[in-house]
Amino acid sequence: MKPGKSLLLFFLPGTALYLGLFVYPTLTGLFYSVTDWDGLSPSYRFVGADNYVSLAGDIVFRKALGNSLKFMLAVVVLQTVASLALALRLTRRNKRTAALRALYFLPTVISSVSVGFIWTFVYDPSLGLLNSLLERAELGNWTQNWLGDMKLAIFSVAAAQAWAHIGQMIVLFVAGLQAIPAELLEAARLDGGTRWQVFRRVTWPLLAPAAALVVSYTTIQSFKAFDLVFTMTGGGPAYSTEILSTYIYGAAFTNGTFGLASSASVVFLLLVALMTYLQFRLLRADRVSY
Amino acid sequence: MRWLGRFALAFYAAVVAAPLLLVVFTSMKTTPQFYADPIGPPPAWNFSHYRDLFAGQTMWRYFGNSALVTASSVALELALAGMIAYGIVRSGRRLGGFLFALFAAGLMVPSQVNMIPIYALMRRLGWTNSLTGLVLVTAAVLLPLSVFMLTGFMRTLPKALLEAGAIDGAGETTLLVRIALPLSAPYLAATAAFLFAIVWNDLLFPMLLIGGKDKLTLPLALLQFRGEYVTDYPMLMTGVAVSTAPMVLLFLFLQRYFISGALAGSLKG
Repeated sequence: MKPGKSLLLFFLPGTALYLGLFVYPTLTGLFYSVTDWDGLSPSYRFVGADNYVSLAGDIVFRKALGNSLKFMLAVVVLQTVASLALALRLTRRNKRTAALRALYFLPTVISSVSVGFIWTFVYDPSLGLLNSLLERAELGNWTQNWLGDMKLAIFSVAAAQAWAHIGQMIVLFVAGLQAIPAELLEAARLDGGTRWQVFRRVTWPLLAPAAALVVSYTTIQSFKAFDLVFTMTGGGPAYSTEILSTYIYGAAFTNGTFGLASSASVVFLLLVALMTYLQFRLLRADRVSY
Repeated sequence: MRWLGRFALAFYAAVVAAPLLLVVFTSMKTTPQFYADPIGPPPAWNFSHYRDLFAGQTMWRYFGNSALVTASSVALELALAGMIAYGIVRSGRRLGGFLFALFAAGLMVPSQVNMIPIYALMRRLGWTNSLTGLVLVTAAVLLPLSVFMLTGFMRTLPKALLEAGAIDGAGETTLLVRIALPLSAPYLAATAAFLFAIVWNDLLFPMLLIGGKDKLTLPLALLQFRGEYVTDYPMLMTGVAVSTAPMVLLFLFLQRYFISGALAGSLKG
């Protein structure tokens, strides 16, 4: 049956909104990146690739790029390992696992601003939970200035980011684990496999697609993180937590260099597009069948 | 080895619960009580900070703004994306495939990339400090994700049912409203829950597009709050508790939808 003509009307409002407020701005962003617009004046000059050259020479931009990678790696490792370890213990369907899964998921529905406030408080050097607990456990010399120390700050923020999203990744891993047929695990155990052998030879290969999804989703999600870093440190101390997204915001709205900010966002777009593309390819290629 | 697993679960449960309990505890201490014991339970259930927060009308205002923006955005989103997803599923491979690719491509564009041009565009249109403008921008920016999710769901609908309806003479609108939408109800609910959390908690676009103090949404208000109460932790934590409570309550009652929505939303590929 040929679908009716009214389908075209169905497409119209959404596509119009999408083209007008999403596609068009994205394209004009590309245009701004080759101008020296400051965001306010009605006129600007075409400057070719000057903005991109400035970016390459800007030490803060290079730092932001490096920090984005550091942040991303820390979050991916922490989030993936923790969520997998916990998910492995949550595959049974009973009231207790459901309650725990819900508890772990709770931080995901909290706004990043709130998460940022909560963890800034936890990390407070004198009043915060972390240092207070360390003191009480007689580990007083392990206390740190978690957000004020240039070398630590980015990892402290990464831990907060992971805390907020581990629950979400647990849901993904549990779904992946529950999809593994019980008979395969049974058979492996009956054949005399130890828990580690069963995990390595049966569970892990079949879990690979879910693991790939968790890693790539977390990578892109942490690369795009803005709210949390902005709330907790604003990029400081001394740009040690400045990531690409906060750099773009700062270049545009603090320094008033819209042209430069647009060129940074083009670089950002290319990196995210590359990661998304790799994610799609990775998920297609990793199909183990049994 | 079994105890290690149990320990891990209990440990992480504490890691999640402790900061959240601390928020509640701190919000119920007076300043001297807080400095005396920053991390213990409050000596009494003291709601004075909550009263202070709601004393001026503004807190209710911010709640209202967040509720209005979130509800409108999600409703608009489901309507627009639902129609598009249905259309894609019913269209031939050329048109359907092209449109799907058009929206899916948007998934690769993070908000920070078009935030500057969108801000500039809204300024040109005179729509800064407009909640309507914020709703439209939010809807536009979420279309790639929503179309992607809903198309995936609608593809699983039984085609035979729609074909039978078409043979009986039903137009596309009837098919959509009386067959496709009712069948998709759980999917729409899951998508709605997922979108609701995203919009309610959004900081970036409200920060860019809202200027007036009376139009702030909750995350934005909370951030500005910090300017006023710089190190007044009891007050700050009260603000956090109040902004977070609605989402937590919604989550506790509608867990199923949030979790299935999050599952589907993450399966972008």
